[in-house]
Amino acid sequence: MLTAIASFLLLLAVQQPPPGQGEFVPISQLPPGDRLPAAPLLIAAYAFVWVALLVYLWSIWRRITKVEAEMHALERRSTSGSRPR
Amino acid sequence: MRRIFTPLTIVVAIMFACSPILIAGAPYESTMGLIQKIFYYHVPSWFAMFTGVFTCGIASIVYLFRGRPDADRVAASAAEIAVVFGLIGLVTGPMWARKAWGVWWQWDAKLTMALLVEMIFVGYLLVRKYGGPGSDKLAAAVAIFGMANVPFVYESVNIWRTVHPKTSVVPELARTAPGMAGPFWFCVLAFMLLFALLLTARIDLERRRAALDALYLAEED
Repeated sequence: MLTAIASFLLLLAVQQPPPGQGEFVPISQLPPGDRLPAAPLLIAAYAFVWVALLVYLWSIWRRITKVEAEMHALERRSTSGSRPR
Repeated sequence: MRRIFTPLTIVVAIMFACSPILIAGAPYESTMGLIQKIFYYHVPSWFAMFTGVFTCGIASIVYLFRGRPDADRVAASAAEIAVVFGLIGLVTGPMWARKAWGVWWQWDAKLTMALLVEMIFVGYLLVRKYGGPGSDKLAAAVAIFGMANVPFVYESVNIWRTVHPKTSVVPELARTAPGMAGPFWFCVLAFMLLFALLLTARIDLERRRAALDALYLAEED
């Protein structure tokens, strides 16, 4: 049993790695199925940046508008409340 | 503040409109190719995030020790903007990593610490929104803690063995890749001006909210 395990481990140790696994392989030499296209990721990244910034700008504008509306309503209420009857 | 807002908006809009042209004209990186062009938005977004963190941290120190309400408004504004830019960095980075490293995410020192700083400032915003009375001072302490983490995030690639590129890439860009330096620093300037623009707008919101609160209090009296 121990001999079998030792033989198996020795066999694993002396096995050579498949060609190209032990060194850097340029993308141009990879089979087409192993290549991940960069363009969709690049476009998605830039699109996310633009959308996130525009959404955030819009959210600031929306909050400012809401506060301004509340202030005008409060000022109108104060003015109408102080008018002599 | 309002006088610079409109010209600043125009300048930022023009810079961001021109940035894709400059980025497209920049040379390709030799090993990563097209995907490396995420660099021109990814790194400046982190510059802006760290600027937001330091702005928040310093304003929080002023607020804690001097009690100035305008410093608190700056801190709250800067924290929110830091979270937005941090989110941009944390989304664009994995998109780059998926192609460059073959994985969306690695739990290495740089990425993990960057995520932690983002979470600290999300925590800052949650404390401010839901913390009730006194939460502004508690949040200020959180901001100081978050700011103290940033040097570790920056130096983590130099201290620990990480998969992320080292900090020497940017300072040596003009020497190692002169064609990339121009578009890169252009984008950095665009992001910094955008940060200033967003901070201006956000502080204006905080100032208006404070005025509204004062009006409500005056009405009660």
